[in-house]
Amino acid sequence: MRDIAVVAFAQRQESKINTESEVEFMVPLMNQAKDAVGLTQQEMGFTCSGSSDFLAGQAFSFVMTIDGTGPVPPISESHVEQDGAWALYEAWVKLQCGEIDTAFVYSYGKSSPGSLRDVLATQMDPYYVAPLWPDAFAIEAMAARQLLDQGVVSEQQLAEISSRSREHAASNPHAIRTTPKTVADILAEDYAMQPLRPSDLPASSDGGAVIVLAADDKARELCERPAWIRGIDHRSDAHTLGVRDLTQSMSARIAGEKAGVGDDKIDIAELHAPFSTSEAVLTAALGLGDDTVINPSGGAQAAHTMMASGLIRIGEAAQRISRGDADRAVATAASGPCLQQNLVAVLEGE
Amino acid sequence: MADEVLTAPLVLEYPFTRTTGPVIGAFLTGLREGVVQGVKRSDGSVMCPPLEYDPITSESLSELVPVSTLGSVQTWTWNGDPRPQQPFSQPFAWAMITLDGADTPMLHAVMVDGPHEMETGMRVEVVWRKEREGHITDIAGFVPAVASALGEPGVVPAGVEEVRSVRTPIRMEYTYSPGRALSQYLRAMKDKRILGDQCPETGQVFVPPRGVSSIAGRSTLPDLVELPDTGYIESFNITRVPIKMRPDLTPPYVSAWIVLDGASVGFMGLSMNIEPEDVRVGMRVRAVWRPDDELEMSAQNILGWEPTGEPDEVIEDYARVGRPDEEASGS
Repeated sequence: MRDIAVVAFAQRQESKINTESEVEFMVPLMNQAKDAVGLTQQEMGFTCSGSSDFLAGQAFSFVMTIDGTGPVPPISESHVEQDGAWALYEAWVKLQCGEIDTAFVYSYGKSSPGSLRDVLATQMDPYYVAPLWPDAFAIEAMAARQLLDQGVVSEQQLAEISSRSREHAASNPHAIRTTPKTVADILAEDYAMQPLRPSDLPASSDGGAVIVLAADDKARELCERPAWIRGIDHRSDAHTLGVRDLTQSMSARIAGEKAGVGDDKIDIAELHAPFSTSEAVLTAALGLGDDTVINPSGGAQAAHTMMASGLIRIGEAAQRISRGDADRAVATAASGPCLQQNLVAVLEGE
Repeated sequence: MADEVLTAPLVLEYPFTRTTGPVIGAFLTGLREGVVQGVKRSDGSVMCPPLEYDPITSESLSELVPVSTLGSVQTWTWNGDPRPQQPFSQPFAWAMITLDGADTPMLHAVMVDGPHEMETGMRVEVVWRKEREGHITDIAGFVPAVASALGEPGVVPAGVEEVRSVRTPIRMEYTYSPGRALSQYLRAMKDKRILGDQCPETGQVFVPPRGVSSIAGRSTLPDLVELPDTGYIESFNITRVPIKMRPDLTPPYVSAWIVLDGASVGFMGLSMNIEPEDVRVGMRVRAVWRPDDELEMSAQNILGWEPTGEPDEVIEDYARVGRPDEEASGS
């Protein structure tokens, strides 16, 4: 296996980006990441992106966004209809093959033009579930009630998670929900989607993220302290909600084991947990303890950009390693209803 | 430069008709006949609604068994703000319901007066829609079960026509905004002006503007450039087959690739005021605009392109878009 590291990261998240098209707001981010390591597009061995046209209702938006990379002469390129973390995985595999030393990964989501919680109904079973148009919050709320009914978490613990997310987000310029709120204040909120309160839900945002990966000595040359990807794995639970145990995440647990989360102490964890309940499920699945700082950025609850939030978790974790704030971190990305799919990456400094 | 963002309503609709296969088809046939069925798994448990495979073991499944129309709520939430496509127009509960005789829950709606009437474990029963067609919404929803309800599993009558496909249309509404460069382009269109944007590295001009130079991978310059409404036809085809979605186009007609004077890329337009057989590569054209009182913020203001009568353009190099060094080397 080659050593592969995150050597650059750029992100933008705002509650609504309506003055710029997707490609217009991604181009400056792409250049920010390229400039950070002094690479041009032609020096990137491979480019992979993640997005979904359903979010903005913009057909072939990803084709237009490729123009933003400057693909002249033509570049080696691929796209996933998933969070950019899966684009990063594809790039990581390509780097492992040994033909290239650098890869350019980006993803973006602009959900504000539509009603995201309804658009997400289209990812459900098309025969039995999608025709009823259950919204995404309702599905999560039903999983949340099972967690509470079975005593896996308490409303108090969920409020603690949401309160901490707000506290951490206050120092993150890219977070949306940054106003502090005590546990008592959160417990006093009216339900948004019973038993979930407004603070339990993600703060939806538009935005994108860019990561540059590099292998071996190339990474050392481009970055003072590369964030080495020591383990990465992704797993998927069944799509049929009825056969899943929504109070735990088998996919995150297995991916975490394969990625080596438990092999050593984890300083920080950036978990793609849009809901307070998802954080409780992921923390348990990965076996994270009190010595790990969970979501120092505020996490996906504080700013949730569909298709980019997972990649941003990897970027946030990598950035803390490169800055020397952490030595070993875990980042996760999720996709599908109730954390159906999970990608887990373990990052380390040298 | 006008700062106000342009927006427009956008609706995406997909009229999906899906084939059902033998198991889902049998389930939907049962719903039409007022019978709910599950499918037996290899461990003897029953999955309802049924699939033709076991999502856990990946075994093929085919043995359908009737289950009750009574069941228990496994979990639920309150939907205080129903949307048009959902089962009820009044606030209702979403619930995962395991029917008696089944071992897995199904998602559906429960009609009660408020969340205070819902609890985990409560007994509910199916409410059938009067007109049924073989669709998950043949179950209108669930209501709390009355004590005397039996919910006896039914039997699908022999010889009824099987459901083989199901309509699952999708409709989503958006508020589209075209972004920085296109907004300016569309505004200028209302004044019969054509704007392009410029690559900051090569100076090449793109129309319509997209806000990005794909040559350089850079944002285009913030100030757009105005182009004349004249240019030439770089390429064209004559269409002789009608297009269902464009009844306004009567064949034969010419789709032409128009390169405006000063532009580095072309775009599609229709030829006007010339017989299709007389259109040629290099022909000089100018825009035919809608009458002034019909102008909108739309590229459709240009009805088509008519000959100017000037001598034809001599096209020496079709590859205008490229990096300057490549152009110099003649590649």
